[in-house]
Amino acid sequence: MKKGPSLFNVVSVTLGFAFLYLPIILLVIYSFNSGRNVAIWAGWSTKWYVAMVQNQQLLDAAWVTLRVGLLSATVATVLGTMAALTLVRHGRFMGRTLFSGMVYAPLVMPEVITGLSLLLLFVAINFDRGFWTVTIAHITFSLCFVAVVVQSRLVTFDRSMEEAAMDLGCPPFKTFFVITLPIILPAIIAGWMLAFTLSLDDLVIASFTTGPGATTLPMRIYSAVRLGVTPEINAVSTVLIAVVTVGVVAASLITKRQEAERQRAERLAGAAP
Amino acid sequence: MTAPNAKPLIKSKFFVVFVPYLWLFLFFLAPFLIVLKISLSQTAIAMPPYLPTFDFSEGIGAAFSELKELSLDNYAFLFSDSLYIKSYLSSLQIALISTALLLAIGYPIAYGMARSPKAWRPTLVMLVILPFWTSFLIRVYAWIGILSREGLLNTFLVWTGLIDTPLTILSTNIAVYIGIVYSYLPFMVLPLYAALEKMDESLLEAASDLGCPPLKTFWVVTFPLSLPGVVAGCFLVFIPAVGEFVIPDLLGGSSTLMIGKTLWAEFFSNRDWPLASSVAVILLMILVIPIVFFQNAQQRQQERDS
Amino acid sequence: MAAKASGPIKRTFTPWDDPSAKPFIQFENVTKRFGDFVAVDNLSLDIYEREFFSLLGPSGCGKTTLLRMLAGFEAPSEGRLLLEGQDISGVPPHRRPVNMMFQSYALFPHMSVEGNIAFGLKQDRMPKADIDARVAEMLRLTKLEPFAKRKPHQLSGGQRQRVALARSIAKQPKVLLLDEPLGALDRKLREETQFELMDLQQELGLTFVIVTHDQEEAMTVSDRIAVMDHGKLVQVASPAEIYEFPSSRYVADFIGDVNFMSGKVSAVTDGGVEIRDDTLSCSIAAHLENPGTKVGDDVWLAIRPEKMRISLDEPGDTATNCVSGEVWDIGYLGGVSVYHVKLANGNVVKSTVTNQTRLVERPIGWEDKVWLTWPHDAGVVLTA
Repeated sequence: MKKGPSLFNVVSVTLGFAFLYLPIILLVIYSFNSGRNVAIWAGWSTKWYVAMVQNQQLLDAAWVTLRVGLLSATVATVLGTMAALTLVRHGRFMGRTLFSGMVYAPLVMPEVITGLSLLLLFVAINFDRGFWTVTIAHITFSLCFVAVVVQSRLVTFDRSMEEAAMDLGCPPFKTFFVITLPIILPAIIAGWMLAFTLSLDDLVIASFTTGPGATTLPMRIYSAVRLGVTPEINAVSTVLIAVVTVGVVAASLITKRQEAERQRAERLAGAAP
Repeated sequence: MTAPNAKPLIKSKFFVVFVPYLWLFLFFLAPFLIVLKISLSQTAIAMPPYLPTFDFSEGIGAAFSELKELSLDNYAFLFSDSLYIKSYLSSLQIALISTALLLAIGYPIAYGMARSPKAWRPTLVMLVILPFWTSFLIRVYAWIGILSREGLLNTFLVWTGLIDTPLTILSTNIAVYIGIVYSYLPFMVLPLYAALEKMDESLLEAASDLGCPPLKTFWVVTFPLSLPGVVAGCFLVFIPAVGEFVIPDLLGGSSTLMIGKTLWAEFFSNRDWPLASSVAVILLMILVIPIVFFQNAQQRQQERDS
Repeated sequence: MAAKASGPIKRTFTPWDDPSAKPFIQFENVTKRFGDFVAVDNLSLDIYEREFFSLLGPSGCGKTTLLRMLAGFEAPSEGRLLLEGQDISGVPPHRRPVNMMFQSYALFPHMSVEGNIAFGLKQDRMPKADIDARVAEMLRLTKLEPFAKRKPHQLSGGQRQRVALARSIAKQPKVLLLDEPLGALDRKLREETQFELMDLQQELGLTFVIVTHDQEEAMTVSDRIAVMDHGKLVQVASPAEIYEFPSSRYVADFIGDVNFMSGKVSAVTDGGVEIRDDTLSCSIAAHLENPGTKVGDDVWLAIRPEKMRISLDEPGDTATNCVSGEVWDIGYLGGVSVYHVKLANGNVVKSTVTNQTRLVERPIGWEDKVWLTWPHDAGVVLTA
């Protein structure tokens, strides 16, 4: 029997990844184009990066986005972890179906609906739109993503560890913080990163819920794109891609190294008499 | 468990359930009720631009009398103007075709990943997820430079001599399909990969042992067992694709009708909030069946895992 | 043949002793490498038709690889694999007249019990009526009739095991391969199933090749056992021969409990040998099965604990086959008790005693001084 990937498998995976990455690579390359036309290569230049750094509107928007992202990701992580605990640990309670519906539905809910409904809520209760409304909106949809990530970890969590801690005299509340939390921490961190990038990415919901003085970076990019394609947007995009890529790759390398170390330790322990 | 411990446990349990519940209730469920109410209101040149506003400062009675001003006029208008019906139908059509394309493209990729050497798999999974972490808007934007008339694809095709005159791809539905397939591919590949990867390889060996040739094994064993992944992937891309705004707005043309775009225009350009709300309500009603189905599938999956 | 010494074992089926018998399955100098790792090392083995053959060894000894080569999931790196004289090395698994029962059972979760059993028959394009009849027969044979419509996840472990078995024998393969078939069952069920397997093999007249790491299971079910270690065969023989006449300390130690006494050969007599060890008070006299043994060779005497007689009274002859010591530990197992006796030289020797009466108080207790004796033919002299 043939082992390993067949030619068909190799070709389909290679083509798939080419399709996923070629546009991004082209976008990055053309951010260094010295000409204004994106399709015609006119030589290497970093002038669009200089222009980007000098664009005060862009920097302001980036600052707003960063603050919204950090705050909303943190709150969403706390709430999302609680929601995950509720879904996995609490068998039945009143309104459970409604609750799990409210957790899963935002994952697929078209953004225009979420955005519109939140805006109408803020208008109805006469809440001034701006930084806080965008943050609340981002917390609401990203907490569901955090909940799903943490939940998938909790499902495989061996509860006998908690029982052991309580058996040894650790009260339940403390057990959560000294046993459960450290073990599910990688999933929580992954959830936070997901929430942060979702907030960083969002255009539609922010457009609905924002107000004066709280223009986010995707909104700036969107209005610039509507006016036409310029290498300056490529430059901004490249910086964003670089930040996210470095973050994600670093995080996965760290977990990979920890995993490798754990496996090595297990092998050593296994070899010992 | 001893009695002194039991009490704070119940309290903290209540807290853990209550806080996210309340948050989602306030900021996810309640807004829909408001959308529903405003979809029954009239347009007004005011701020907020609709009537009635239910100003409770004038007393419950006044607010109650305003209730009579609610009407189904917006819905009547939606169904009388073919633009909206066409938008809904075309959204469903585009989402359906995109989902089929995604399944056809995503399955071989996921299958190849699941059959790759074990040591490569985490890296391959990360490579699928990575584009998903980078901005959606940026990824759609990247295609403008590729698909436009003077874009990279046309330049390349003319250079190779395959075509003489540049093709018009940008601002057509083809560009929208490319954009959706490109942006949503990780959502299709990952659930498929998860289903294919956890499949016990000894099942394939058993089929082969019992005399089933490889290609047939795929259809009678592999594919049926990957169905949960197929279902999850299809819902995960179909539902958001129906309401997609950014892709048809940036890559589609003026002839590309999609309901997300229509809603956005109604809201931001025409400032007709009640009509936009009724567009949203109908969209939600169309999607509620697949959403509930998706949610049930998720819940079943979770119960099976635990 | 040495097996005569082991008492009245009824065995008429011994094709491996018949030079005119044709082997059914032949491994000819088969080697299997996975990268640098040699899983099977230049191994040759003949298995005969209707034999119940066990591959026994610790994990990683190559027994599963051997089985998977028979099924066709692995190809030999070197050597040939013959079935009824035909080289089947290049035949893909789905064209081999061989079926396997998987360790994980590998039941198709989306098919019912019936569907699983019918799967292999459908691949042969058997007429529908014949398939139905055959499935019904399999269900009856494995007592699964009430569960025909159930899905695998609605069955108990024992029921799943029987579905896996029914599915693998439905096609009436020339050889049935069983990979740790009873590993997932609890002890009681495992013992029952062992006998069911033997009956089934008799009834169907098939050749069974079973992989197991459970020596009791191998002893119970097999006509012959192959003990493997590091990709090589250490001994291939009937269960009784393996137990009573192990070829090496590895085999003696792997199957059952054993005491080893080491020493040097001091004299070789006709069919016997005398062994001396300076730390023992007695000399050891034993039968000799290795004709090549010379005076001065380092050898080991392997004696099973149940062949060691334990006594509180000093026997008449203490010069040969008699050691004394102190009771160090007693293991009460219900049916038997195991006495661990510490000798003067510090070695611990085990003796098993059948508890024939209901004892309130043990005749032999902790720290009692006891004598251990054994007959000349009780032990095996091993040179490796």
